[in-house]
Amino acid sequence: MSQIIVNNVQKVFKTPGKDVIALKDINLEIKAGEFVCLLGPSGCGKSTLLNAVAGFALPSAGEITVEGKKITGPGPERGMVFQEYALFPWMTIAQNIAFGLQVQKKEKAEIDLTVNQLLDLLHLTDFRDRFPKDLSGGMRQRVAIARVLALDSPIMLMDEPFGALDALTRRNLQDELLRIWEKLGKTILFVTHSIEESIYLADRIVVMTYRPGTVKRDQCVDMPRPRDPASAEFNELKRELGRLVMEEQQRHANDEMKLAAVD
Amino acid sequence: MKNLKNFLFGSIVPVLLLILWEAGSRLGLFSEVLLPSPTAVAIKWWAYLLPLQPQEAGQSYLAWLVSGEMLHDAYSSLFRVVAGFVIGAALALPLGLLMGASPRIYELFNPLMQILRPIPPIAYIPLAILWFGLGNPPSFFLIAIGAFFPVLMNTIAGVRQVDGIYLRAARNLGVNQWTMFTRVILPAATPYILAGVRIGIGTAFIVVIVSEMIAVNDGLGFRILEAREFMWSDKIIAGMITIGLLGLAIDSAVSRLNNHLLRWHRGLEH
Repeated sequence: MSQIIVNNVQKVFKTPGKDVIALKDINLEIKAGEFVCLLGPSGCGKSTLLNAVAGFALPSAGEITVEGKKITGPGPERGMVFQEYALFPWMTIAQNIAFGLQVQKKEKAEIDLTVNQLLDLLHLTDFRDRFPKDLSGGMRQRVAIARVLALDSPIMLMDEPFGALDALTRRNLQDELLRIWEKLGKTILFVTHSIEESIYLADRIVVMTYRPGTVKRDQCVDMPRPRDPASAEFNELKRELGRLVMEEQQRHANDEMKLAAVD
Repeated sequence: MKNLKNFLFGSIVPVLLLILWEAGSRLGLFSEVLLPSPTAVAIKWWAYLLPLQPQEAGQSYLAWLVSGEMLHDAYSSLFRVVAGFVIGAALALPLGLLMGASPRIYELFNPLMQILRPIPPIAYIPLAILWFGLGNPPSFFLIAIGAFFPVLMNTIAGVRQVDGIYLRAARNLGVNQWTMFTRVILPAATPYILAGVRIGIGTAFIVVIVSEMIAVNDGLGFRILEAREFMWSDKIIAGMITIGLLGLAIDSAVSRLNNHLLRWHRGLEH
């Protein structure tokens, strides 16, 4: 049985004047241990879908189940990594990682052990007693990943986690994420608008359409890792997905032009 | 070197003013009773600082050294500020947290707060005396009122501006309502709350001076009013200087505490 099942999900945002259908007839099944990217232009509802799986904004119709249980709110079995890191600035790096475990009332010795392991795994040991403001964006995102890993949740939800990072840091963290994923066998649902990033990372890429958000293409990626972004195979897929995403991007742009014209 | 240069440059105007003042006094331009010379003030300030009585047998040297009138007054004023402030802040903080977190509670209490807030603490003096008589209690009451509103308003604002992303991250980690409040909302609001504390202490310090002029017989505010009765303008000015120094000391202590508590905060570099 699949671990995450998205069943006929719809999401409607009510705004004054008209309702915006953000998600329509979404059906997805994600297996345990799978690395799935949601890909599409802004406004395609990929973050909306991720937030629905996270339990922050439940669907207007349809349902999402995890391990057979319907999602009714956020929970630590679905750890979320945000683009804005969302570290607690008043806690040190070690305290940030430990927080989720303290919430679960784990023993202090166990918390210390886990925190130390994660600091080591993400090469953060030297920063354990620093505050987030002292860290670069890439380092902060490492902490955010460690914080979610501390929960030992089977599922990691990632909302454009590397979107604000420079290209080199980004590649570095992508490799780090793959290393952790291979080591710990998490299920990852990863939102991005970067075609290259999705091909570099995912087992499966779900391309979404611009409003209403539907599944345009569910694409498996069979290339062995580490993948070479310069290879012919990589670029063939990149061209193909690029075409799909640009169609939707064009609709997005047309829509904005229309809106501007109405104004 | 640069610091010294800046310091010297910054001293030009005050020093010049002191010289003019001293010269004016010596030339007899100002009445000695109304505006004594800076040296007379300095001498009085020193006398105010020193012990009144010679050291008694059995009294420790330190106890004797701090037995002067000024230190006793400064201590009394400081005690009132701290006690009044603690009362005011202890009431304002929980109410502010609740009002910031719950729109219902906000709507319940806000009209009353808006009616009471514009009333200056000093306007409570007659009531304070009626209710609490003389001595420390009316001072505590007035100072608590002075400290209450700045802490309250800033706490409400602080809770309301907590970035939703922290709340989402915390919910994702599975926190309950209480942990959310104590470990997320409260720390996230501290920059605002501490700004309120600083304003509140400033207000408390103003109110303590006024309140000492009405109901007690020690403290810096009492002392300068007492000096006026004897036409001791040198002591009035010496007392004012002490008030300024104590205010400066309180403010820099609070500022240091802020810097320590907010050492995690961006944009705070010292």
